[in-house]
Amino acid sequence: MASTSEETSVAIQPTPPAQVRYCEVCSFPLEYCEFGSSLTKCKEALQKDDPELYDHYYSEEALQAKLGTLSLDAQAKLEKETAKKEAKAVAKADAALKKKMVSQVTIKRIERNKRKHVTSVHGLETFGVDLKKAAKQFAQKFATGASVTKNTQGQDEIVVQGDVSAEIVEMIEEGQGVLKGIPRDNIVEVEDKKKKGGD
Amino acid sequence: MFKKFQPSTDISGQTSVKSSIQRSLRANLLSQWNINPETLEEIWPKKESITLVKCRDHISIYALHGEPLFLQHFDDPLIPTLRLLHKYPFVLPKVGVDRGAIRFLLAGAPMMCPGLTSKGGYLPPAEQDIPAGKAVAIFAEGKEHAAGIGITKVSTEDMKKINKDVGVDTVLYLGDDLWAIQEI
Repeated sequence: MASTSEETSVAIQPTPPAQVRYCEVCSFPLEYCEFGSSLTKCKEALQKDDPELYDHYYSEEALQAKLGTLSLDAQAKLEKETAKKEAKAVAKADAALKKKMVSQVTIKRIERNKRKHVTSVHGLETFGVDLKKAAKQFAQKFATGASVTKNTQGQDEIVVQGDVSAEIVEMIEEGQGVLKGIPRDNIVEVEDKKKKGGD
Repeated sequence: MFKKFQPSTDISGQTSVKSSIQRSLRANLLSQWNINPETLEEIWPKKESITLVKCRDHISIYALHGEPLFLQHFDDPLIPTLRLLHKYPFVLPKVGVDRGAIRFLLAGAPMMCPGLTSKGGYLPPAEQDIPAGKAVAIFAEGKEHAAGIGITKVSTEDMKKINKDVGVDTVLYLGDDLWAIQEI
Protein backbone atom coordinates (compact mmCIF):
# COMPACT_ATOMS: atom_id res chain seq x y z
CA MET A 1 0.00 0.00 0.00
CA ALA A 2 2.79 2.40 0.92
CA SER A 3 4.49 2.23 -2.45
CA THR A 4 1.32 2.68 -4.49
CA SER A 5 0.07 5.65 -2.50
CA GLU A 6 3.43 7.32 -2.87
CA GLU A 7 3.29 7.01 -6.61
CA THR A 8 -0.15 8.49 -6.85
CA SER A 9 0.50 11.29 -4.40
CA VAL A 10 3.15 12.72 -6.72
CA ALA A 11 0.62 12.99 -9.51
CA ILE A 12 -2.38 14.20 -7.53
CA GLN A 13 -2.42 17.83 -6.57
CA PRO A 14 -4.81 19.05 -3.92
CA THR A 15 -7.83 20.69 -5.47
CA PRO A 16 -7.85 24.38 -4.62
CA PRO A 17 -10.93 25.68 -2.83
CA ALA A 18 -13.57 27.37 -4.93
CA GLN A 19 -14.08 31.03 -4.17
CA VAL A 20 -17.63 31.92 -3.33
CA ARG A 21 -18.64 35.52 -2.98
CA TYR A 22 -20.99 36.10 -0.14
CA CYS A 23 -23.35 39.04 0.08
CA GLU A 24 -22.19 41.58 2.60
CA VAL A 25 -25.71 42.34 3.71
CA CYS A 26 -27.35 38.97 4.17
CA SER A 27 -24.23 36.72 4.15
CA PHE A 28 -25.78 34.34 1.58
CA PRO A 29 -24.00 33.55 -1.69
CA LEU A 30 -24.97 36.35 -4.07
CA GLU A 31 -27.38 34.25 -6.09
CA TYR A 32 -29.45 33.44 -3.01
CA CYS A 33 -30.02 37.04 -1.99
CA GLU A 34 -33.45 36.87 -3.58
CA PHE A 35 -34.49 34.35 -0.96
CA GLY A 36 -33.16 36.37 1.93
CA SER A 37 -35.08 38.97 3.84
CA SER A 38 -33.22 42.05 2.64
CA LEU A 39 -33.21 41.78 -1.16
CA THR A 40 -33.49 45.52 -1.81
CA LYS A 41 -30.56 46.29 0.43
CA CYS A 42 -28.51 43.43 -1.03
CA LYS A 43 -29.21 44.72 -4.53
CA GLU A 44 -28.16 48.25 -3.66
CA ALA A 45 -24.96 47.13 -1.99
CA LEU A 46 -23.97 44.94 -4.91
CA GLN A 47 -24.78 47.59 -7.49
CA LYS A 48 -22.50 50.02 -5.74
CA ASP A 49 -19.81 47.45 -5.12
CA ASP A 50 -19.62 45.53 -8.37
CA PRO A 51 -21.93 46.70 -11.19
CA GLU A 52 -20.77 43.93 -13.51
CA LEU A 53 -21.82 41.19 -11.14
CA TYR A 54 -25.02 43.03 -10.48
CA ASP A 55 -25.87 42.85 -14.18
CA HIS A 56 -25.03 39.18 -14.15
CA TYR A 57 -27.61 38.47 -11.49
CA TYR A 58 -30.30 41.10 -11.92
CA SER A 59 -30.41 42.12 -15.61
CA GLU A 60 -33.53 41.44 -17.64
CA GLU A 61 -32.19 38.32 -19.39
CA ALA A 62 -30.95 36.91 -16.13
CA LEU A 63 -34.37 37.33 -14.62
CA GLN A 64 -35.96 35.73 -17.67
CA ALA A 65 -33.60 32.77 -17.57
CA LYS A 66 -34.22 32.36 -13.89
CA LEU A 67 -37.89 31.73 -14.40
CA GLY A 68 -36.94 28.28 -15.69
CA THR A 69 -39.62 25.70 -15.21
CA LEU A 70 -41.64 27.78 -12.83
CA SER A 71 -44.99 29.01 -14.05
CA LEU A 72 -45.74 32.73 -14.10
CA ASP A 73 -48.34 32.35 -11.41
CA ALA A 74 -45.94 30.67 -9.05
CA GLN A 75 -43.33 33.29 -9.80
CA ALA A 76 -45.71 36.11 -8.93
CA LYS A 77 -46.61 34.35 -5.74
CA LEU A 78 -42.96 33.93 -4.89
CA GLU A 79 -42.26 37.59 -5.44
CA LYS A 80 -45.15 38.56 -3.24
CA GLU A 81 -43.88 36.25 -0.59
CA THR A 82 -40.41 37.80 -0.78
CA ALA A 83 -41.80 41.29 -0.46
CA LYS A 84 -43.81 40.22 2.54
CA LYS A 85 -40.79 38.64 4.14
CA GLU A 86 -38.78 41.75 3.57
CA ALA A 87 -41.40 43.97 5.16
CA LYS A 88 -41.50 41.62 8.10
CA ALA A 89 -37.74 41.73 8.53
CA VAL A 90 -37.74 45.51 8.41
CA ALA A 91 -40.47 45.66 11.02
CA LYS A 92 -38.54 43.23 13.17
CA ALA A 93 -35.37 45.29 12.92
CA ASP A 94 -37.33 48.39 13.81
CA ALA A 95 -38.83 46.76 16.85
CA ALA A 96 -35.42 45.54 17.95
CA LEU A 97 -34.01 49.03 17.61
CA LYS A 98 -36.88 50.52 19.54
CA LYS A 99 -36.40 47.99 22.28
CA LYS A 100 -32.75 48.85 22.35
CA MET A 101 -33.51 52.52 22.71
CA VAL A 102 -35.69 52.00 25.77
CA SER A 103 -33.67 49.27 27.42
CA GLN A 104 -31.34 50.41 30.13
CA VAL A 105 -27.98 49.50 31.46
CA THR A 106 -28.23 49.44 35.23
CA ILE A 107 -25.14 49.93 37.32
CA LYS A 108 -25.87 49.04 40.88
CA ARG A 109 -23.73 49.52 43.92
CA ILE A 110 -24.55 46.83 46.43
CA GLU A 111 -23.47 47.04 50.04
CA ARG A 112 -21.96 43.81 51.12
CA ASN A 113 -20.45 44.70 54.44
CA LYS A 114 -20.50 48.00 56.26
CA ARG A 115 -17.82 49.50 54.11
CA LYS A 116 -17.41 47.00 51.33
CA HIS A 117 -19.33 47.02 48.08
CA VAL A 118 -19.76 45.12 44.89
CA THR A 119 -20.93 46.69 41.64
CA SER A 120 -23.32 44.88 39.37
CA VAL A 121 -23.80 45.85 35.73
CA HIS A 122 -26.98 44.65 34.11
CA GLY A 123 -28.35 44.98 30.59
CA LEU A 124 -25.18 45.20 28.54
CA GLU A 125 -26.12 42.27 26.32
CA THR A 126 -28.99 44.15 24.64
CA PHE A 127 -26.37 46.41 23.12
CA GLY A 128 -24.45 43.54 21.64
CA VAL A 129 -21.69 43.47 24.21
CA ASP A 130 -20.04 40.16 24.92
CA LEU A 131 -20.49 39.85 28.68
CA LYS A 132 -17.52 37.59 29.21
CA LYS A 133 -15.21 39.96 27.41
CA ALA A 134 -16.63 42.95 29.25
CA ALA A 135 -16.11 41.21 32.59
CA LYS A 136 -12.53 40.49 31.63
CA GLN A 137 -12.04 44.11 30.71
CA PHE A 138 -13.41 45.30 34.04
CA ALA A 139 -11.22 42.85 35.91
CA GLN A 140 -8.18 44.04 34.07
CA LYS A 141 -8.93 47.70 34.48
CA PHE A 142 -9.78 47.66 38.16
CA ALA A 143 -7.50 44.78 39.14
CA THR A 144 -10.37 43.11 40.98
CA GLY A 145 -12.55 40.10 40.44
CA ALA A 146 -15.29 40.47 37.85
CA SER A 147 -17.59 37.70 36.78
CA VAL A 148 -20.70 36.97 34.78
CA THR A 149 -23.38 35.64 37.09
CA LYS A 150 -27.09 35.06 36.98
CA ASN A 151 -29.16 37.32 39.18
CA THR A 152 -32.31 36.31 41.01
CA GLN A 153 -34.42 36.73 37.86
CA GLY A 154 -32.09 34.41 36.01
CA GLN A 155 -30.65 37.13 33.81
CA ASP A 156 -26.96 37.50 33.20
CA GLU A 157 -25.12 40.36 34.80
CA ILE A 158 -21.56 41.30 35.55
CA VAL A 159 -20.52 41.59 39.17
CA VAL A 160 -17.36 43.55 39.87
CA GLN A 161 -15.79 43.55 43.29
CA GLY A 162 -15.38 46.93 44.91
CA ASP A 163 -17.22 50.18 44.43
CA VAL A 164 -16.38 51.14 40.86
CA SER A 165 -19.78 52.40 39.68
CA ALA A 166 -18.55 55.88 38.80
CA GLU A 167 -15.65 54.51 36.80
CA ILE A 168 -17.86 52.05 34.96
CA VAL A 169 -20.27 54.82 33.96
CA GLU A 170 -17.31 56.76 32.66
CA MET A 171 -15.99 53.78 30.74
CA ILE A 172 -19.34 53.15 29.09
CA GLU A 173 -19.75 56.78 28.16
CA GLU A 174 -16.35 56.82 26.53
CA GLY A 175 -17.02 53.48 24.89
CA GLN A 176 -13.78 51.84 25.95
CA GLY A 177 -12.87 48.42 24.58
CA VAL A 178 -15.92 46.24 23.98
CA LEU A 179 -18.36 48.71 25.57
CA LYS A 180 -19.37 50.42 22.35
CA GLY A 181 -22.60 51.90 21.13
CA ILE A 182 -24.43 52.52 24.37
CA PRO A 183 -26.20 55.90 24.49
CA ARG A 184 -25.50 57.99 27.56
CA ASP A 185 -29.18 58.38 28.38
CA ASN A 186 -29.63 54.66 28.83
CA ILE A 187 -27.23 54.36 31.72
CA VAL A 188 -28.80 54.26 35.16
CA GLU A 189 -26.86 54.34 38.38
CA VAL A 190 -28.55 52.83 41.41
CA GLU A 191 -27.49 52.29 44.98
CA ASP A 192 -28.68 49.33 46.96
CA LYS A 193 -28.40 49.87 50.71
CA LYS A 194 -29.79 46.59 51.95
CA LYS A 195 -27.36 44.34 53.68
CA LYS A 196 -28.13 41.41 51.45
CA GLY A 197 -27.81 42.57 47.86
CA GLY A 198 -30.25 41.97 45.06
CA ASP A 199 -33.79 43.17 44.62
CA MET B 1 -31.23 20.32 12.99
CA PHE B 2 -29.91 23.84 13.32
CA LYS B 3 -33.10 25.77 12.85
CA LYS B 4 -32.74 26.89 16.42
CA PHE B 5 -29.26 26.85 17.82
CA GLN B 6 -27.82 29.14 20.42
CA PRO B 7 -24.16 28.77 21.20
CA SER B 8 -24.60 29.98 24.77
CA THR B 9 -27.17 27.35 25.73
CA ASP B 10 -26.78 24.55 23.21
CA ILE B 11 -23.04 23.95 23.42
CA SER B 12 -22.12 21.82 26.38
CA GLY B 13 -18.36 21.74 26.06
CA GLN B 14 -15.29 21.88 23.91
CA THR B 15 -12.50 19.36 24.04
CA SER B 16 -9.51 18.57 21.91
CA VAL B 17 -9.69 15.19 20.25
CA LYS B 18 -7.31 12.33 20.97
CA SER B 19 -4.90 11.68 18.16
CA SER B 20 -6.06 8.09 17.73
CA ILE B 21 -9.63 9.32 17.30
CA GLN B 22 -8.43 11.98 14.90
CA ARG B 23 -6.83 9.24 12.83
CA SER B 24 -10.05 7.29 12.62
CA LEU B 25 -11.95 10.50 11.83
CA ARG B 26 -9.59 11.15 8.96
CA ALA B 27 -10.11 7.63 7.67
CA ASN B 28 -13.87 8.07 7.95
CA LEU B 29 -13.77 11.32 6.04
CA LEU B 30 -11.75 9.72 3.26
CA SER B 31 -14.15 6.80 2.98
CA GLN B 32 -17.39 8.78 3.26
CA TRP B 33 -16.54 11.81 1.18
CA ASN B 34 -15.42 11.94 -2.39
CA ILE B 35 -12.10 13.51 -1.56
CA ASN B 36 -8.45 12.64 -2.02
CA PRO B 37 -5.98 12.71 0.88
CA GLU B 38 -4.16 15.70 -0.59
CA THR B 39 -7.23 17.90 -0.58
CA LEU B 40 -8.17 16.78 2.89
CA GLU B 41 -4.68 17.80 3.93
CA GLU B 42 -5.47 21.30 2.65
CA ILE B 43 -8.69 21.48 4.65
CA TRP B 44 -7.30 19.86 7.73
CA PRO B 45 -3.49 19.78 7.86
CA LYS B 46 -2.01 16.74 9.57
CA LYS B 47 -0.24 18.75 12.23
CA GLU B 48 -3.33 20.67 13.32
CA SER B 49 -5.38 19.23 16.09
CA ILE B 50 -9.11 19.51 15.80
CA THR B 51 -11.55 20.48 18.55
CA LEU B 52 -14.74 18.63 19.28
CA VAL B 53 -17.62 20.89 20.20
CA LYS B 54 -20.33 18.90 21.91
CA CYS B 55 -23.84 20.22 21.53
CA ARG B 56 -27.32 19.25 22.61
CA ASP B 57 -29.04 16.20 21.13
CA HIS B 58 -25.76 14.38 20.54
CA ILE B 59 -24.59 16.71 17.83
CA SER B 60 -20.84 16.96 17.62
CA ILE B 61 -19.25 19.72 15.63
CA TYR B 62 -15.59 19.47 14.73
CA ALA B 63 -13.83 22.79 14.47
CA LEU B 64 -10.36 23.85 13.43
CA HIS B 65 -9.10 27.06 15.02
CA GLY B 66 -12.66 27.91 15.95
CA GLU B 67 -14.02 27.51 12.44
CA PRO B 68 -16.56 24.71 12.23
CA LEU B 69 -15.55 22.19 9.57
CA PHE B 70 -17.89 19.25 9.84
CA LEU B 71 -20.40 17.72 12.16
CA GLN B 72 -21.98 14.47 13.11
CA HIS B 73 -25.19 13.43 14.77
CA PHE B 74 -24.81 10.15 16.67
CA ASP B 75 -23.21 7.82 14.16
CA ASP B 76 -24.76 9.41 11.11
CA PRO B 77 -22.52 10.25 8.18
CA LEU B 78 -20.08 13.13 8.63
CA ILE B 79 -21.47 16.31 7.17
CA PRO B 80 -19.37 19.27 6.07
CA THR B 81 -20.56 22.74 6.98
CA LEU B 82 -22.11 24.68 4.12
CA ARG B 83 -19.20 27.07 3.91
CA LEU B 84 -16.80 24.16 3.54
CA LEU B 85 -19.06 22.59 0.93
CA HIS B 86 -19.07 25.83 -1.04
CA LYS B 87 -15.30 25.68 -1.16
CA TYR B 88 -15.16 22.00 -2.07
CA PRO B 89 -18.48 21.22 -3.75
CA PHE B 90 -17.37 17.81 -5.03
CA VAL B 91 -17.07 16.06 -1.66
CA LEU B 92 -20.71 15.01 -1.51
CA PRO B 93 -22.94 13.46 -4.17
CA LYS B 94 -25.33 15.92 -5.70
CA VAL B 95 -29.08 16.20 -5.87
CA GLY B 96 -31.05 19.18 -7.16
CA VAL B 97 -34.42 20.65 -6.38
CA ASP B 98 -36.60 22.81 -8.60
CA ARG B 99 -37.06 26.50 -8.12
CA GLY B 100 -40.34 26.18 -6.31
CA ALA B 101 -38.71 24.18 -3.55
CA ILE B 102 -35.90 26.61 -2.74
CA ARG B 103 -38.15 28.69 -0.56
CA PHE B 104 -39.05 25.71 1.58
CA LEU B 105 -35.49 24.44 1.66
CA LEU B 106 -34.29 27.77 3.03
CA ALA B 107 -36.95 27.53 5.70
CA GLY B 108 -35.53 24.19 6.76
CA ALA B 109 -38.19 21.85 5.41
CA PRO B 110 -37.27 18.33 4.29
CA MET B 111 -37.15 17.88 0.53
CA MET B 112 -40.09 16.05 -1.01
CA CYS B 113 -39.60 13.65 -3.90
CA PRO B 114 -41.64 15.58 -6.50
CA GLY B 115 -39.33 18.57 -6.09
CA LEU B 116 -36.37 16.35 -6.85
CA THR B 117 -37.90 14.42 -9.74
CA SER B 118 -39.53 17.34 -11.56
CA LYS B 119 -37.99 19.00 -14.60
CA GLY B 120 -35.99 21.51 -12.60
CA GLY B 121 -34.71 18.94 -10.14
CA TYR B 122 -31.78 16.61 -10.52
CA LEU B 123 -31.18 13.05 -9.38
CA PRO B 124 -28.15 11.00 -10.37
CA PRO B 125 -28.65 8.39 -13.12
CA ALA B 126 -29.50 4.81 -12.20
CA GLU B 127 -25.92 3.56 -12.30
CA GLN B 128 -24.88 6.14 -9.68
CA ASP B 129 -27.74 5.39 -7.36
CA ILE B 130 -27.34 6.94 -3.90
CA PRO B 131 -28.60 4.58 -1.17
CA ALA B 132 -30.65 5.75 1.77
CA GLY B 133 -28.91 7.35 4.73
CA LYS B 134 -26.17 9.10 2.77
CA ALA B 135 -25.18 12.75 3.05
CA VAL B 136 -25.95 14.69 -0.12
CA ALA B 137 -25.43 18.26 -1.24
CA ILE B 138 -28.71 19.89 -2.23
CA PHE B 139 -28.33 22.17 -5.21
CA ALA B 140 -31.06 24.40 -6.55
CA GLU B 141 -32.31 24.96 -10.07
CA GLY B 142 -30.44 27.74 -11.83
CA LYS B 143 -28.01 28.22 -8.97
CA GLU B 144 -24.34 27.54 -8.97
CA HIS B 145 -23.77 26.84 -5.29
CA ALA B 146 -25.34 24.42 -2.88
CA ALA B 147 -28.25 25.68 -0.83
CA GLY B 148 -28.29 22.92 1.74
CA ILE B 149 -27.07 19.56 2.89
CA GLY B 150 -29.29 16.62 3.66
CA ILE B 151 -29.41 12.93 4.34
CA THR B 152 -31.29 10.71 1.91
CA LYS B 153 -34.31 9.04 3.43
CA VAL B 154 -34.80 6.56 0.58
CA SER B 155 -32.46 5.66 -2.25
CA THR B 156 -32.55 7.91 -5.30
CA GLU B 157 -33.94 5.11 -7.47
CA ASP B 158 -36.82 4.68 -5.05
CA MET B 159 -37.42 8.43 -5.15
CA LYS B 160 -37.91 8.17 -8.90
CA LYS B 161 -40.18 5.15 -8.57
CA ILE B 162 -42.34 6.13 -5.62
CA ASN B 163 -42.16 9.89 -6.09
CA LYS B 164 -43.96 10.67 -2.89
CA ASP B 165 -43.19 11.93 0.59
CA VAL B 166 -39.84 12.97 1.97
CA GLY B 167 -36.82 12.18 -0.18
CA VAL B 168 -34.05 14.05 1.58
CA ASP B 169 -34.01 15.17 5.18
CA THR B 170 -32.53 18.65 5.40
CA VAL B 171 -29.70 18.96 7.90
CA LEU B 172 -28.10 22.27 7.02
CA TYR B 173 -29.40 25.07 4.86
CA LEU B 174 -28.52 28.64 4.02
CA GLY B 175 -29.52 30.94 6.80
CA ASP B 176 -29.90 28.43 9.61
CA ASP B 177 -28.36 29.19 12.95
CA LEU B 178 -25.17 27.28 12.22
CA TRP B 179 -24.72 29.36 9.06
CA ALA B 180 -24.74 32.44 11.24
CA ILE B 181 -21.97 31.05 13.42
CA GLN B 182 -18.71 31.68 11.69
CA GLU B 183 -16.65 31.04 14.73
CA ILE B 184 -17.27 28.83 17.72
